[in-house]
Amino acid sequence: MNNSPFVRKPASVQRVMLQVLLALVPGIAAYVWFFGAGILVQLAIASAAALAGEAAMLAIRGKPKALFLTDLSAIVTAWLIALTFPPIAPWWLTVTGTLLAVVVVKQLYGGLGQNPFNPAMAAFCLMIVAYPALMSQWPAAGQLDFKTQLDLIFGGLRQVDAITGATPLDALRTALRSAASPDSQLHGLRTNQLMDGPAFGLLGGKGSEWIALGYLLGGLWLIKQRIITWHIPAAFCGALFATALLLWGMRPDAFASPLFHLASGGAMLGAFFILTDPVSGATTPRGKLLFAAGAAIFTYVIRSFGAFPDGVAFATLLMNILVPLIDMKTQAPVFGHKKD
Amino acid sequence: MLRKLFKFHGGVKPQTNKTQSTTEPIASVPLPDRLVIPLHQAVGGHPRPLVQPGDHVLKGQRIGGADGNLSSAVHASTSGIVRDVAQAVMPHTSGLTTLSVIIEPDGEDRWCELEKVNYRSTPPDELRDFLRDAGVVGLGGAVFPSYAKLKPGKEGKLKTLVINGAECEPFITCDDMLMRERASDMLKGIVAMRYMLQAEEVLIGIEDNKPEAVASVQAAIKASGETGIEAVAIPTRYPAGGAKQLIRVLTGIEVPHGRRSTDFGVQCFNVGTAYSIFEALEHGRPLISRLVTVAGNVTAPRNYEVLIGTPMDHLVRLAGPRPDTDRYIMGGPMMGVRMPGFDVPVVKATNCVLVGSAAMFPAPPPEMPCIRCGECAKACPANLAPFEMYWFSRSKNFGKAQEYHLFDCIECGCCSFVCPSHIPLVDYFRFSKSEIWSREREKESADGARDRFEFKNFRQEREKQEKAEKLAAKAAATREKVATEGAGAPAAADGEAAPKPKPSGDDAKRALIEAAMEKARQQKAQVAPKNTDHLAPDVAADIAAIDARRNAAPAKSADTPDA
Repeated sequence: MNNSPFVRKPASVQRVMLQVLLALVPGIAAYVWFFGAGILVQLAIASAAALAGEAAMLAIRGKPKALFLTDLSAIVTAWLIALTFPPIAPWWLTVTGTLLAVVVVKQLYGGLGQNPFNPAMAAFCLMIVAYPALMSQWPAAGQLDFKTQLDLIFGGLRQVDAITGATPLDALRTALRSAASPDSQLHGLRTNQLMDGPAFGLLGGKGSEWIALGYLLGGLWLIKQRIITWHIPAAFCGALFATALLLWGMRPDAFASPLFHLASGGAMLGAFFILTDPVSGATTPRGKLLFAAGAAIFTYVIRSFGAFPDGVAFATLLMNILVPLIDMKTQAPVFGHKKD
Repeated sequence: MLRKLFKFHGGVKPQTNKTQSTTEPIASVPLPDRLVIPLHQAVGGHPRPLVQPGDHVLKGQRIGGADGNLSSAVHASTSGIVRDVAQAVMPHTSGLTTLSVIIEPDGEDRWCELEKVNYRSTPPDELRDFLRDAGVVGLGGAVFPSYAKLKPGKEGKLKTLVINGAECEPFITCDDMLMRERASDMLKGIVAMRYMLQAEEVLIGIEDNKPEAVASVQAAIKASGETGIEAVAIPTRYPAGGAKQLIRVLTGIEVPHGRRSTDFGVQCFNVGTAYSIFEALEHGRPLISRLVTVAGNVTAPRNYEVLIGTPMDHLVRLAGPRPDTDRYIMGGPMMGVRMPGFDVPVVKATNCVLVGSAAMFPAPPPEMPCIRCGECAKACPANLAPFEMYWFSRSKNFGKAQEYHLFDCIECGCCSFVCPSHIPLVDYFRFSKSEIWSREREKESADGARDRFEFKNFRQEREKQEKAEKLAAKAAATREKVATEGAGAPAAADGEAAPKPKPSGDDAKRALIEAAMEKARQQKAQVAPKNTDHLAPDVAADIAAIDARRNAAPAKSADTPDA
């Protein structure tokens, strides 16, 4: 016997997740275009691992399998893992990361809706700490053909140091640090001169900046579809831009430009797809602004002063911890209780 | 004539389904075989039954008298014989019964003598009593006795009288049709209300999906020549017809939970209420019928003028219910309540009988966990965070739920409507509210019990103390007596006590004690067996014999008093 309302909007968790997956498609398309079809293999591996892990945990926990396996939330997590891990990561790395995300970070905390941390980002952080080398090897755009990629993913071929490099973020940071040192041959070079290499494109990394553009487009579509609100992407991009502008404005020779920060690494993916995870993110409008701005500042600090190739993952986890506090302190005044 | 309108937060846009029931004019309903008129149809006290089984009643005759501070009378909807005054199932999901008057119509539909009132020459207090006895209550669904709301606030006047013709619930069109067909009479009711409330301006809020109603009301205003009354088309967004939301949209004022809108210079009435006030004042007709929309799973959705007490199935039959009909819902699909049966009566709160089937209103898909997407918060017209309240309600952490303003929830259903996890959020909030109420009641009764217990302890303590004091006084008196008797002086005169070297306070005490002792002695002397005063001689003889036996007993106590 159900009570009012007797009518409902045709909305479902599955539909929300499906739209998130669709919004990732432009970015994935750019990924395939510039870096080859290897990423599709990674997406498939991660999806299969996520579903297997989810099914096993649901069985152990005695939860309805059909209902939760079809909600697509595990697939979203899997895709985010595949898209943030190096495309040539060995299959077991992707599988381990995905299982960590789904089994430990999501299901052991109570499953859908119960995880305090973003599963994909928690997995990324765990894996980059456990396998720093494997997690930092990125091919340049157009560098590897599909067969080589398959060999790298499934085979034992691991002489990757010779053929891959760091991410553009990592590369520029290293270059900027070298340029600051008087002993280096790069000493005295400007940022735009440092970015004159084949790894760099117009704003960020060659190819990867187009992927970021794809994420941006997909993310804007999500806002239009009212799956996410503008608060988190705007606050994240705004704060990242402002922080980068401040330091770059003071010392353009030592810091990357604000646009470089926005176009590189996980900035766009983070702004529209990772920080916007409703379960682990802030929920109030003001809370979302604070949450995303905090994540942007942490991202910038970790990128510029830390040892890891990108800061989005750690920044996300740090802000996830603060979410209960942020939400509690940013509740909007309710009807009739507003201060005029 | 563009008025600045305000927005309320949230709201949803469900499919309105209103056009189906507005194609035909308002129709009347043939007299049913019997009318079941619940005595308690409005917020407030239960009216007392004024008729008995077998009485003949006339149409409009009062059958339930208003009782207490807040209550509203109930009337016979047609002439006929009172068959019973008994418990009958009320139109409420619970299926509980309520004291109802069951009338078998005589078919004559004869009115009782009607008393009219000129509202301009009658003091407002008398007008209010008149409307209370005419059974006029809010017809928007809340059925709050109207007379109680027709009081201006402390200042004695009101800034704005808001008339609610928004009708935001899907399917329901009774207010729409009322405004289309009876705008000028409704307007006369509004003018009377404005007079009673001393309101500066009147704003009639109508959702802009009812252009015919807006035009009709505007034409009526123009024709009446009244000034300061305006029909305002407002954006169609559920729940724009919630009193607080409508006041917000029209005036920008937000009336907080638990406050009276008159404190903010505003009062709000439904258009149907305005019309029934007109009927009561102008024709003396009490509230015995109302407009009801029959819609949903019927072939010919339509509005009917329905006598209060008409069984719903009698009414629905006219609109042609489809064979798969499995339920009636009173009200709309957003806030309506499912009826426990098909023969429950139409009451003053019945604005719509929504006929439903499993196909039309399917059960929601299985409930999923909350993913904190915040859709409910975006949709909430009270700016609440339903997902947080859900969390606390689910864990029965009612204190926290109240911190998140649970009682500001108007149960409009927007949150449940949008939830992608299909969580029946409103049900959780209804549950929490009723739990909190019942806990408060329990606490009150526990407090009462504790108070009684504490008072009992206090009383026992006090009695003990009083007894001790009495004993002490008695002991003192005895000592005194012993002292005087021991001195050998004859206790004849009070004057002899006076020369004793004692302070006057002690004298007074002594005098008091002696007086008390004297009184006690007198009382003792007066004490006589009461029920043995006038006894038959044989009984007296028996008693004497028993007494003699007792006195002769060897274990007789020495100090047994015997006169």
